[in-house]
Amino acid sequence: MMAKQHSVWNPADARAIIAAELHREGAMLPILHALQAAFGYIPRDAEPLVAEALNLSRAEVHGVISFYHDFRREPAGRHVLKLCRAEACQSMGSEVTARRLLDLLGLDWGETSPDGRITIEPVYCLGLCATAPSALFDDEPIGRADQQMLETLVAEAA
Amino acid sequence: MKLFIPQDMAAVAVGANRIAAAVEAEARARNMPLTIVRNGSRGLFWLEPLLEVETPAGRIGYGPLTVADVKALFDANIFEGGTHAKCVGPVEAIPFLARQTRFTFARAGIADPASLDDYRALGGYKGLETALSIGPAAIVAAVKDSGLRGRGGAGFPTGIKWETVARTGADRKYIVCNADEGDSGTFADRLIMEADPFMLIEGMTIAGIGVGATQGYIYLRSEYPFAIAMMNRAIALARRAGLLGAAINGSAHAFDIDVRVGAGAYVCGEETSLLESLEGKRGQVRAKPPLPAIKGLFGRPTIINNTITLASVPFILAEGAQRYAELGYGRSRGTMPVQIAGNVRHGGLFECAFGVTLGELVDDIAGGTASGRPVRAVQAGGPLGAYFPPSLFDTPYDYEAFAKRDGLIGHGGLVLFDDTADMARMARFAMEFCAHESCGKCTPCRIGAVRGVETFDKIAAGIEPEKNLALVRDLCETMKLGSLCALGGFTPYPVLSALNHFPQDFTASPLPLAAE
Ligand SMILES: Cc1cc2nc3c(=O)[nH]c(=O)nc-3n(C[C@H](O)[C@H](O)[C@H](O)COP(=O)(O)O)c2cc1C
Ligand code: SF4
Ligand code: FES
Repeated sequence: MMAKQHSVWNPADARAIIAAELHREGAMLPILHALQAAFGYIPRDAEPLVAEALNLSRAEVHGVISFYHDFRREPAGRHVLKLCRAEACQSMGSEVTARRLLDLLGLDWGETSPDGRITIEPVYCLGLCATAPSALFDDEPIGRADQQMLETLVAEAA
Repeated sequence: MKLFIPQDMAAVAVGANRIAAAVEAEARARNMPLTIVRNGSRGLFWLEPLLEVETPAGRIGYGPLTVADVKALFDANIFEGGTHAKCVGPVEAIPFLARQTRFTFARAGIADPASLDDYRALGGYKGLETALSIGPAAIVAAVKDSGLRGRGGAGFPTGIKWETVARTGADRKYIVCNADEGDSGTFADRLIMEADPFMLIEGMTIAGIGVGATQGYIYLRSEYPFAIAMMNRAIALARRAGLLGAAINGSAHAFDIDVRVGAGAYVCGEETSLLESLEGKRGQVRAKPPLPAIKGLFGRPTIINNTITLASVPFILAEGAQRYAELGYGRSRGTMPVQIAGNVRHGGLFECAFGVTLGELVDDIAGGTASGRPVRAVQAGGPLGAYFPPSLFDTPYDYEAFAKRDGLIGHGGLVLFDDTADMARMARFAMEFCAHESCGKCTPCRIGAVRGVETFDKIAAGIEPEKNLALVRDLCETMKLGSLCALGGFTPYPVLSALNHFPQDFTASPLPLAAE
């Protein structure tokens, strides 16, 4: 599995990304998604740029970013494994599987392995609830996820 | 020779892309000319990945497949009547599908979802044709007459909402599709967007013409990358065909749609929070009134409807309101796509008329649990819905009947749990989820849910269980009465139903998860 490539933060690219979304009504979320897609996270230094473009205060922009679970304030690992923690997945034992995997890696929810290889995040439902437990490994959906499968996936993630 | 392998996210999650690649490679190696159509899913998820072969006797299914099965399928020569152990027979005769009344999901899984020609060939855009010929007032009347109620959870009559927007004058109006589908156990919106995207576009377009709105938004959760890609693709195709844009199908009506991606907040499924989010703000719930129908997105009159609500409209226009309204139970008219999930043997989407009992759905249609153990509880209606024990399985699937039993049908999800489920843990989770997703606007929700989690931890640790159980009930009362929206207001449903129906789970202290 190929790791995602992100650009290193730089204000010039950020300005171009913001400008490309500005024509939309309510451009804030599209801008934030585009920034995260480019850099892998939304650096603090991006806040004043977004604020200026949308004619808002920096505090307002900060408030929006911090409201949404999706927006990262720090880079994630090279791979991101999102494990579903919602009810349908729980009914198929997802919590036990997740706990074992986290223990194996010595991580807690939201943490990245020290070698920067992988971040484990919670997600609340992927709409794959009839083939639970579910996960998302980078962009790849995974159904009927058992312990062995997830361990292999994590072991092979480079 | 024509084969079908779904491109649906759930099918891909269990290997559909690998099956498609293996089939292609095998056909090439054997020099066999095969056409592989990447269709949407039929919604029979326990059979995914499901491969279908077109034959003179209809489409024959094989599933659930593994890559290792592919070579054997070719060896058995299934394309010329050979047999294989994974054969499930003619797909449309599978009882789970044959017993459905598919109005809204009639096309799901049949064709390539991104083909406008296929959509038209299967009856698509007939509703729009009718809509354009009868005009705005008759469109709204048809939706009203159909008895359609909102499928997002609250069950509000759709026609009345539309009428309000139609009557409110403004320089600009909006149609917002709520595709935030955050409820665990639900995937009907996802299935429609991935399997029949043009139907949603058609439904939104009819709504736009009906109330005089020119801009539509689909607020689509980020957890649905396949649906996002499919909707964007379908919108581009519809635009190119003149079915979106300045002159819908050559008429004087203008309408366009833009997909907006959510950002992982469950509360943004609540309609006013969603509108805030679309405007680029924190997704905090607005006080009502004003209703979104009068002052919605950017202060303009706005229809905000669930994906399935809007997707039900083309059928109603094409086939007539009466045809929809004649099915149902009590004030719940038409069909509901019930989504059966969790620890389930035959999990998937089951569209049927209202009135079927919960027990029929769980035992008869879904065949009980995947584990083969007895069903202990069913959570109906997502994380804000009640847990039903088997003793309540005679409840008819109907908004009012569920409400009478302190439950809700919500967006139509059913999550099955077997007899290993720890209902105290599920009750604690309901509080934890509320605390995690609270928008923070009201104290009973923001603080109450956190207190709820702490109190359940005390109960599990054996600290003053009786006093603390009473405290949980108190908290639930406060949350019910003092919350602005149903996140805080309905979290007591799963909590209290677990307490009332499974009291024995709240006495012993369960082992910590890691020790199991
Ligand atoms: C916390 C919360 C989450 C909600 N999530 C959704 C959702 O994901 N999808 C949806 O259609 N409605 C959701 N609703 C219901 C909406 O507020 C609203 O009733 C619905 O979009 C109206 O459309 P309808 O009349 O077509 O159902 C939610 C409500 C609450 C309180
Ligand atoms: S009940 Fe909770 S989510 Fe709803 S408005 Fe109040 S604080 Fe926000
Ligand atoms: S609950 Fe896990 S995918 Fe829906």
